[in-house]
Amino acid sequence: MMTSHTLPPLPYGYDALEPVISKQIMELHHQKHHQTYVNNLNAALTAHTTATQTNDVSALISLQQKIRFNGGGHINHSLFWKNLTPPGTPGNDLASAAPALREAINARWGSEKGFIDAFGAALLGIQGSGWGWLVSSGGPKGRLEITTTKDQDPVTGGDVPVFGVDMWEHAYYLQYLNNKAGYIEGIWKIINWAEAEKRYTAGVENPVKL
Amino acid sequence: MAAILANSARFALRSGASASSKAGAAGLTFVRGKATLPDLSYDYGALEPSINGKIMELHHKNHHNTYVTSYNTAIEQLQEAQHKGDIAAQIALKPLINFHGGGHLNHTLFWENLAPKSAGGGEPPSGALSQAINSTYGSFEEFQKKMNTTLAGIQGSGWAWLVKDKHTGQIGIRTYANQDPVVGQFEPLLGIDAWEHAYYLQYQNRKAEYFGAIWDVINWKTVEKRFS
Repeated sequence: MMTSHTLPPLPYGYDALEPVISKQIMELHHQKHHQTYVNNLNAALTAHTTATQTNDVSALISLQQKIRFNGGGHINHSLFWKNLTPPGTPGNDLASAAPALREAINARWGSEKGFIDAFGAALLGIQGSGWGWLVSSGGPKGRLEITTTKDQDPVTGGDVPVFGVDMWEHAYYLQYLNNKAGYIEGIWKIINWAEAEKRYTAGVENPVKL
Repeated sequence: MAAILANSARFALRSGASASSKAGAAGLTFVRGKATLPDLSYDYGALEPSINGKIMELHHKNHHNTYVTSYNTAIEQLQEAQHKGDIAAQIALKPLINFHGGGHLNHTLFWENLAPKSAGGGEPPSGALSQAINSTYGSFEEFQKKMNTTLAGIQGSGWAWLVKDKHTGQIGIRTYANQDPVVGQFEPLLGIDAWEHAYYLQYQNRKAEYFGAIWDVINWKTVEKRFS
């Protein structure tokens, strides 16, 4: 019998990211949206096991997209919660919490501002639902790149997701409405640079371990 | 002159006289070559309780308007690239034109295929369209069920449409990602916006409730005109 995936607890309270992200958004986002990805992933994996046992190849093929979407949703949100931290906490200070990453960012984009502007432009350029990521290409301490993924596509292929920003409307709409730029401006106050440094230098453990 | 034309087109939309553009969006208006935000033919609060006034106001004045202005910007850049004979720049603009132009088309069609209950919203289709729905889906209720299942299955932002195949005349349900418009082989008959901004302030993650409630404000008279 396969073990089911479960919703990971948040590493902080629902209201801890205020005023950047409201308690109501965090509750819905974690308890409803993330939970739904977990439930649908479990259902798809159970169906996958059955289809494997009965050698139903066409069922296996039709399950791929469900696994991609819901598994991606589970992975992305699990990474996201951890790469955020309440404003004003030690992890939120780039200089002290992420010396190696900071140096690499400055080398790649000229300055912190250069990086923040480039990342913001990439986020604003997403058409529809998706995520923006800082990735370390090919593994820890690789070349830094800004990438976007659509819908719930996760970062794959050995690249390390240093941190991600959820650009689905459910991530900000109740508070920022159509003011995406306001949400993006706020997000820097709650990025967990300590977690980002850890991922950049040592990689990321399986974010959805059973 | 162009402004007068635009005004009369708006007036035509208000009075529901869209016979001259049955398959397209009657409300598409231009002033001096620029796309403009069409007026709604009903008040922001008129679709309540299916869609609340705040959603309608933001959706029309902010979201739709951003598609209009961004589309106009992209077209200006396209004209400049054409003027310079810069083919690479013209091709590079394609995704922006598809996204913002699609957003403008989709929303214009959407507003027109909605109506307050007091103006016939929710009254089931009749005539040839009703027959086509019954013969394709068994019944109107079965069609609604199929459409709702399709809407619920959209992964990310997008739209579900009842479309007509230009080659066969058959109707069908199709989904389109993000703001991809219904063009080419298919004609748009009825569109339902499944972006989160279309329902989130009222329904949050309970999108099935939104898909259930929107049938009360579907303007089947518009859909029939597009079909005929």
